[in-house]
Amino acid sequence: MKLPIYLDYSATTPLDPRVAEKMSQCLTLEGNFGNPASRSHLFGWKAEEAVETARRQVADLINADPREIVWTSGATESDNLAIKGVAHFYSKKGKHIITSKIEHKAVLDTCRQLEREGFEVTYLDPSKKGIITPEAVQEALRDDTILVSIMHVNNEIGVINDIEAIGEITRANKVLLHVDAAQSAGKVNIDLERFKVDLMSFSAHKVYGPKGIGALYVRRKPRVRLEAQMHGGGHERGMRSGTLATHQIVGMGEAFAIAKEEMHEDNKHLMKLRQRLWEGVKGMEEVYINGDADQRVPGNLNISFNFVEGESLLMALKDLAVSSGSACTSASLEPSYVLRALGMNDELAHSSIRFSFGRFTTDEEVDYAIDKILTAVGKLRELSPLWDMYKDGVDLEKVEWVHH
Amino acid sequence: MAYSEEVLDHYENPRNVGKMDDKDENVGTGMVGAPACGDVMRLQIKVSDEGVIEDAKFKTYGCGSAIASSSLVTEWVKGMTLDQAADLKNTTISEELALPPVKIHCSVLAEDAIKAAIDDYRSKKK
Repeated sequence: MKLPIYLDYSATTPLDPRVAEKMSQCLTLEGNFGNPASRSHLFGWKAEEAVETARRQVADLINADPREIVWTSGATESDNLAIKGVAHFYSKKGKHIITSKIEHKAVLDTCRQLEREGFEVTYLDPSKKGIITPEAVQEALRDDTILVSIMHVNNEIGVINDIEAIGEITRANKVLLHVDAAQSAGKVNIDLERFKVDLMSFSAHKVYGPKGIGALYVRRKPRVRLEAQMHGGGHERGMRSGTLATHQIVGMGEAFAIAKEEMHEDNKHLMKLRQRLWEGVKGMEEVYINGDADQRVPGNLNISFNFVEGESLLMALKDLAVSSGSACTSASLEPSYVLRALGMNDELAHSSIRFSFGRFTTDEEVDYAIDKILTAVGKLRELSPLWDMYKDGVDLEKVEWVHH
Repeated sequence: MAYSEEVLDHYENPRNVGKMDDKDENVGTGMVGAPACGDVMRLQIKVSDEGVIEDAKFKTYGCGSAIASSSLVTEWVKGMTLDQAADLKNTTISEELALPPVKIHCSVLAEDAIKAAIDDYRSKKK
């Protein structure tokens, strides 16, 4: 077993070696290095063929038409293109957008920008379990609403939203629906023939593909129009200019093809690991799962260890690569906005750790992690005045703290 | 974030962890910070009749730098008079631990904690 152990698959994944192999065939003079836009020679034709194969592989995973896939640099760009592209194209129809408080920053910050441009945005509250309900979307709809943007799976807590039900509502009200699926592709079944989703953002590097490549699904029927955000040679049917990165695209295609084949097996494996970790730590007092325990992707376990501060826990878990919702791990000194939006108190948010497992995580690694967690939490609670007070029966909510 | 060797040393081997009886006439207790802010320090001193700090204990909920700052202060104040301890500056702590700018507030909190403990002791003796 190699240390440190990587338990941060929600942040990024290593390439699947099969993906790396395909990518390496698209780089050198001997390989498929041509510009897919070159129409006058074999190098261009071969590259174009590889790009179109990958487009089909991505479309196949989500049951879409390959012509509905637009290559981008990643999910952040896809989110920007979808939201700004729709807002700018349909602004004469209305200027109201609905999203949620627990979206990724790529969506939230894009919405903030649109607010500065004169759009109005409603930010929905999630339930305590982290779910955005279809009812909440329904209630927020207005006559001038043009777009709803809701994530499929939350990156911090792994909770799955019912985008199929939300799609029924948006379609019935002739409002477009964008879904950020960066965390759900290859983990949750996505069927765009059935789901009435109009735009969907994808990333390759969360699914054992390379960083720097993503895609935006843009529905053809009924047709969705976008104003381009990147101008140039008119690639991707004018929606996103820029020379296509054949090796990246081939990598994403292969990663999505593998995901389609192995999603079921992957999920079984991940569920087993998650249960193993939870069984190993749940015996401690004051340990909580953040977000719905069942309606979540199998690879994510977000836990708060009450009375222990997240960053000091990360220090003690230095052999584990995990991430924390604690303030101290960010520049802002604010604890995770996602956990706060669930209505969780700040202490619990400060005490949270996200464990995320992947295709290459082993039982042995999880057992090692459990051992480290039990020791670290025990040690830090011995150091914690809050733990003392809890043990003495003091109600921490009633203490008057000297805020600083 | 990379931690300095000094912070790691105090974090791995915190000095003077513990709790004293806060009802004891010779014990001063300072509790500063708030759980919502991500750090709470409890620093206690035991003072001799001559006004010298004989013993110091702490417990801290917070990041590694907060733990190290409070651990270091308990080490330093032992043997000091109350006036000497009250003169302790956060900058001395942050320099010793080589705290980065975002962690300066941890040293400020440690200074506040020792001052609060001294105030508590003095108010008991009035």
